Amino acid sequence: MNHHEKALRRSDILTVYGTALGSRMLLGTAGYPSPAVLASSVKAAGASVVTVSLRRETAGGGSGERFFDLVRGLGVHVLPNTAGCRTAREAITTAQMAREIFATDWIKLEVIANDDTLQPDVFGLVEAADALGRDGFKVFPYTTEDLSVAERLQRAGCQVIMPWAAPIGTGQGISNRRALQSMRAYFPDVVLIVDAGIGAPSHAAEAMEVGFDAVLLNTAVAKAADPVRMAAAFASAISAGRLGFEAGLMPPRDMAVPSTPVAGTPFFDLERKS
Amino acid sequence: MNGRATKHTVEIYLNGQPMATGARSVAELVDGQSLSGKKVATALNGHFVPEAQRATTELHPGDRIEIVSPRQGG
Repeated sequence: MNHHEKALRRSDILTVYGTALGSRMLLGTAGYPSPAVLASSVKAAGASVVTVSLRRETAGGGSGERFFDLVRGLGVHVLPNTAGCRTAREAITTAQMAREIFATDWIKLEVIANDDTLQPDVFGLVEAADALGRDGFKVFPYTTEDLSVAERLQRAGCQVIMPWAAPIGTGQGISNRRALQSMRAYFPDVVLIVDAGIGAPSHAAEAMEVGFDAVLLNTAVAKAADPVRMAAAFASAISAGRLGFEAGLMPPRDMAVPSTPVAGTPFFDLERKS
Repeated sequence: MNGRATKHTVEIYLNGQPMATGARSVAELVDGQSLSGKKVATALNGHFVPEAQRATTELHPGDRIEIVSPRQGG
């Protein structure tokens, strides 16, 4: 059974850590023009999961409470992140705080190496994933396309691996398609989610055509001129890409091949001038 | 303190900012910020303090306390 067939066995319903998801789109909640637009965008996307974060609270609180109520009202799974953490220790503590607040053992694990690229610090990532896995967390690690790192994450208990398409917030799309294809082939049984760098619906469709199980994005929707319509556009693209993968893409050819039958072509017996 | 005997205070850092507080525990500090019962989580010197342990986690000079709450995230 090749990786395509194995991936198809997970067809239709995506299951992560034993939870069936109704959609292959995971949506971030940051940067929308308003809470109302955020809520409408999540609905338009039909997203099954939204990502959230933790930030310092000021005396009296209020903003945290309001956001918590908004998210709970969406009726979707909540995936807290460790965005901004620079060390495994910071990420572990943030994950523990998130588990208490959001009452979930899911954690989108980010350990960031530097501010310009926001690339994952894969050493800290593996260290934190290992510790969190032993502490009962279900880890969704934001990583690169490096196979050996992904293997370490899998060994640490990660059933989901989330490589970047491009650096966070760039909207550049899939920078290294071949590497993502290798990843799919190398990990036929792992849930692979493209996370970060998606800018256009076509990027998301491409990720799904490659055989990825889902797409996680935020900025491309939140910063669109019309986030709600863009959320719907991404939902369509992700469905189309998945359907295309399930249908089996034709292999590319080096030379043209006529699609219209050659036999019976009129004037075929006439001498052509050029 | 209005001429009374010197009240217990301790110099700490709350969410990165230096402050003097009369709170003796993480729970009292959270209460002093009017955040009791709110959706917040706490850490002391980089380590998580579960809600159930806030009352028994004492504050010492130089301690760094984080109080966080839910926010938008990607």
